[in-house]
Amino acid sequence: MKQRSRYPFYLAIFLLIAAGIALAVTRHVQLGIPWLAGEQKPVWMVEARIDFEATGEEVLVSLNVPDNPPGFRVLSQQAASPGYGFSLIEDSGDLRAEWSIREADGGQTLYFNVQLTPDDSTDGSIRTIAPEPQAMFWEEPEATAVAEVLERAGAKSASPESMTRELIKLLRSSEPDQNIALLLNNNDYVTLVQRLLNHAGIPARVADGLKLEDARRLQPLRPFLQIHNGERWLTFHPETGQQGLPDDVVLWRQDADALLDVMGGQDSQISFSMLQQTVPALQLATREGGGNGLGFLSLYELPIEEQGMFRMLLLLPLGALVVAFMRIIIGIRTSGTFMPVLIAVAFVQTSLIPGLVAFLSVVAVGLVMRGYLSSLNLLLVARISALIILVIAITTGISIVGYQMGFNTGMTVTFFPMVILAWTIERMSILWEEDGPREVVIQGFGSLFVAVLAYLLMDAPLARHLTFNFPELHLVTFGLILLMGQYTGYKLTELRRFSPVKDFS
Amino acid sequence: MSAWISPFRLRKAGILGMNERNVSYIARYNDRRAYPLVDDKLKTKLLAEEFDIKTPRLRQVVRQQHEIGHFREMAVDLEGFAIKPSKGSGGKGITVIKRREGDQYVKASGAHLTLGYLERHLSNILAGLYSLGGTPDVAIVEDLVRPTALLSKVSFQGVPDIRIVVFQGYPVMAMLRLSTRASDGKANLHQGAVGVGLDIGSGRALNAVQFNRQILLHPDTGLPVSDICIDDWDTMLVMAARCYEATGLGYIGVDLVLDEVEGPLLLELNARPGLAIQMANGKGLLPRLGNIESLKRPHYTPEKRAAYAMTTFGA
Repeated sequence: MKQRSRYPFYLAIFLLIAAGIALAVTRHVQLGIPWLAGEQKPVWMVEARIDFEATGEEVLVSLNVPDNPPGFRVLSQQAASPGYGFSLIEDSGDLRAEWSIREADGGQTLYFNVQLTPDDSTDGSIRTIAPEPQAMFWEEPEATAVAEVLERAGAKSASPESMTRELIKLLRSSEPDQNIALLLNNNDYVTLVQRLLNHAGIPARVADGLKLEDARRLQPLRPFLQIHNGERWLTFHPETGQQGLPDDVVLWRQDADALLDVMGGQDSQISFSMLQQTVPALQLATREGGGNGLGFLSLYELPIEEQGMFRMLLLLPLGALVVAFMRIIIGIRTSGTFMPVLIAVAFVQTSLIPGLVAFLSVVAVGLVMRGYLSSLNLLLVARISALIILVIAITTGISIVGYQMGFNTGMTVTFFPMVILAWTIERMSILWEEDGPREVVIQGFGSLFVAVLAYLLMDAPLARHLTFNFPELHLVTFGLILLMGQYTGYKLTELRRFSPVKDFS
Repeated sequence: MSAWISPFRLRKAGILGMNERNVSYIARYNDRRAYPLVDDKLKTKLLAEEFDIKTPRLRQVVRQQHEIGHFREMAVDLEGFAIKPSKGSGGKGITVIKRREGDQYVKASGAHLTLGYLERHLSNILAGLYSLGGTPDVAIVEDLVRPTALLSKVSFQGVPDIRIVVFQGYPVMAMLRLSTRASDGKANLHQGAVGVGLDIGSGRALNAVQFNRQILLHPDTGLPVSDICIDDWDTMLVMAARCYEATGLGYIGVDLVLDEVEGPLLLELNARPGLAIQMANGKGLLPRLGNIESLKRPHYTPEKRAAYAMTTFGA
């Protein structure tokens, strides 16, 4: 017999484990499912309120709404506006909310809600094709002033970014020269900067940002300057010239020309209010996970009842892993290969101490009764069947007595798999007769020890969280178990068993 | 003396561990399909007959519950016999009757049993109480083995048997198992039987252990175990080697007994022989297994293989 090469096997296991981890990481990144249970993430609820006077004709209101704002992710968008038809319209890369009604008169109020969560992965640095700088037309004497200012700023700069910074510095200097004073007098400041940059051949635009502060009302939008450096849009604070967007500012409007258009109304006003909520990251991930890429792997798509079942089922591989490790690497003897896992599953439902007490009392009472059964010389099947009935009787007895004495824990006995209990008692009893009480104690405690270890692992919040939210991690468990199946080294207990080897000549 | 040993030292001594035995020897050299041949004593017996390997004479096979009635008629003219579950493991469910006292059957331990007890025992065997996995079983009744005077003298009750590990048809290691009071007349080392390592070259005792500790005298009979030398040793090795042809299993434990009248008899085969034989011999299995694995030209007859083993592994 020839030994097959082991390399394909190890390669397969490596691929398995790598695939499991890669899938989990991808899902973590894509769907934002947290690694740890109980991780909290802030969610901002921003409400835009539009007030206007309708003139009694048909009304069409169009509001620019955030579309991929840098540093944030939009969770949901909602409009509240009685009587109005509402739709979200994507118009040449510009997302707008539109309300319409056939006829309206008097004061009108429309609401638009958006939920945002900070997200570092969408920092807005999407490459875009550089737009053409808008051609600007200046009248004298402004044209001369513009040329002079741009020349001074341009002399100190080398790139669109430094040009922007220099320009802002010039315009904000505490002692403006007369050229600058002239320009500032005749123009709105931010628009002026934008126009100057465009004139200098740098595509620039004004975006509206909203500073997020908890529980604020009637907040205005603040203008931010954006320039295109040939690759992507960069945001500058128009007053300080600081590059980059502060973390607490969400850009409400970036691309669109107008924030708000109202047809059939007048005196329109818009104001913003906001509220911060803290939502478990997991809830956040599952809320949006839905049809999203790898979201189909999520067990949250299942009905709640099945989810509960899978929570339990997906813990079983961990128990199997513990049993494999304890038996192969450590070498602990257990009674029945996977009996400890089933006991551990019962422990998960009963919690440890009541579970242990219940288990030990059922097995102890069962062993005594089995002693009587064995003197009856029953056939095996009949004896096991009788034992199952006895186990159920003992369970019932413990539950009733426990309940009467005021311990609710007595009831938890019912979680133990009855047939497994019956077989455990039968095996223990035969073991006692054939190999003596010593072996019963060794195997009994070996099983309980492994069961408790498996329970501790399966009950760890992290394990519960990971197994259910990242079922693909079971590929790793699978790989580890396969690897252990190839382990040919000594078991830990063998180092003790074979210790007399030291005396060999 | 500390109770632990470093794995490197163990490896250096050539000790075969449980995991390595399972992965590198049993899984690689033992074909699963041949397992029923050795897990079922009845099949082993019939197979051994075909290959001219002597076994204790088969008296009766009880396959069905109603056949238990025939046991009574058959047992009338038997003095001593053994009842075994065909698929039992580790000696479980084996009842050895030495002699009769009127209606009573006397066990090796001296306990008296009634016919009713034996019939219930047979019924238990059929129900699968002693079989692997609790599957229904058949019971076999065979002649009692009467060990040679020399062996029965050193052993406390029970029949001393000889375990030979056969790897790819070569006997690689052997030991004699003597039952003790602690092992209740059974020859299982983990229950307290004495394991005496035997020199493959001569059948002479090398070393003896009980409960993994080296001993010099049998704990119950008080006789020195180092004096033991097995008669008919080369016959036994050839018998063991022949079991390879019979089963096709590459790594087996062959259990033989030496009967006063019949000579060496095959008791049973084991596809998962234990590791305690290394402790009894005071030697590791790995160097010998490696020797066989590296043979360029294996020997094709059991006789040649036994001879090769005697010269190569003999002390």
